[in-house]
Amino acid sequence: MDFLTIKNLHHTYFTKTSATTALSDITLDVKEGEFISFLGPSGCGKTTLLSIIAGLINPTGGSVLLENKPIKTSQNDIGYMLQQDYLFPWKTIEQNILLGLKINGTLTPEKKENTSNLLKQMGLEHVGAAYPKQLSGGMRQRVALVRTLATEPKLLMLDEPFSALDFQTKLKLEDLVSNTLKNFNKTAILVTHDIGEAIAMSDRIILFSPSPGKVHKTFLVPDELKNLPPFSARNHTVYTELFQTIWKELESLDEE
Amino acid sequence: MTKNEIKSLHEQYLNKLKKEKRIVRFVQVLIFILFFGLWELASQQHWIDPLIFSSPTKIWELFIQKSVDGSLAANIGITVTETILGFLAGTLLGTMLAALLWWSPILSKILDPFLVILNAMPKVALGPILIVAIGANMTSIVAMGTLVSVIITTIVVFTSFKEVDPNYTKVLQIFGATRTQSFKEAILPASFPTIISTLKVNVGLSWVGVIVGEFLTSARGLGYMIIYGFQVFDFTLVFLSLLVIAVFATIMYQLVDLLEKKLIQD
Repeated sequence: MDFLTIKNLHHTYFTKTSATTALSDITLDVKEGEFISFLGPSGCGKTTLLSIIAGLINPTGGSVLLENKPIKTSQNDIGYMLQQDYLFPWKTIEQNILLGLKINGTLTPEKKENTSNLLKQMGLEHVGAAYPKQLSGGMRQRVALVRTLATEPKLLMLDEPFSALDFQTKLKLEDLVSNTLKNFNKTAILVTHDIGEAIAMSDRIILFSPSPGKVHKTFLVPDELKNLPPFSARNHTVYTELFQTIWKELESLDEE
Repeated sequence: MTKNEIKSLHEQYLNKLKKEKRIVRFVQVLIFILFFGLWELASQQHWIDPLIFSSPTKIWELFIQKSVDGSLAANIGITVTETILGFLAGTLLGTMLAALLWWSPILSKILDPFLVILNAMPKVALGPILIVAIGANMTSIVAMGTLVSVIITTIVVFTSFKEVDPNYTKVLQIFGATRTQSFKEAILPASFPTIISTLKVNVGLSWVGVIVGEFLTSARGLGYMIIYGFQVFDFTLVFLSLLVIAVFATIMYQLVDLLEKKLIQD
């Protein structure tokens, strides 16, 4: 049985003057514990798809099932990490990471303890009382990850979470995130337009073509890369080959 | 460059700043003294009509007299109370109305033209109606102080509610937050600086409302002192009231400014 099933998904945005189809006939499924990347040029509806999976937008057609049940935000099955950290500047780091638990009313001393431990594992031990602006971009994104993981979501979605960071921080965070998700055996979907990031981090890469967004091709990442942390994967010979293949495919999309 | 050289350069820089500050203060005091000095001189030499323009010494004498018999303090107390009540009520009500509009987008669409009309309309023109409806008492004066500021507060705060980055509410929605929770956790705290700054504007507006209210109804307060002075042609009394209003309006503004700096330091 598949963990996440998306069937014939279709979405059109309406405005006064136009109807724009963002997604057309998307069908795909994700297994439990799998790390998937959505890759594609901008305007191929990746973020729309994530919003639909998260239950924030009702699609105009098709269905999304998580463990055979429709998605509801109130169940906290989904964690969503945005492009920027969006930590609340008026809350301390501790208040920020406990936000999800506070909102859904499950803030117990035990969970509070767990969340603090998670923050420690991210190498951020003494920042609980600090405010977000006192932290660097990389640290803030790590805090955002802790906030997302605190509610123990079954499915984690990452919407270009590293794109606002400098390259060195990005490489370090890729390793950290990949490691953490593997340890917790989380299912994850990463949206990115960085081919290298997609190859280094995921088990399967789904390439989207734009206007309207649809699944163009699926690439399986070979086992020898899957088992390596992202940074080491980037140095493997197979990495370069796969990079070339995907690059050519992306180029062919441009020509169409 | 050695450390000592940098230190001496820094001292030079600080001295320059101090010097500039001293010049500014000096000119400010000079303007103040010149203004009152010239006023006094012009009045004594009859360059201006002392009956109409009074003079600083006469105002000072009246100030001492009214301070001693306690009538000035009583009038100040009344007007300041009314103003504080008016601007607090205006800010609170305005923020609550803004929250209501944010809560129901359809309501905000329906009320939009009415808000525009109410905002454009000079609220003090409603004075006579208020007095007839509520009665010639302190309540109607406070109502006037409130009315002057409430609509503009609603509009400004509602705009700031709408301008809060939607990604903050997105984060909360993914956690399954209700609209109340989104408001409490994101919309309201994000708009806090705007609400505080409307407080500053409202101080000034409420003074207008309260003084006009007292013109119309009261037998007490600084606005009444002005109207009374005008009726009995005692312009010393009018000027005294004006100066007192200037001082207290400034004090209130500075207090709110201080509050703003305290609350929005982070």
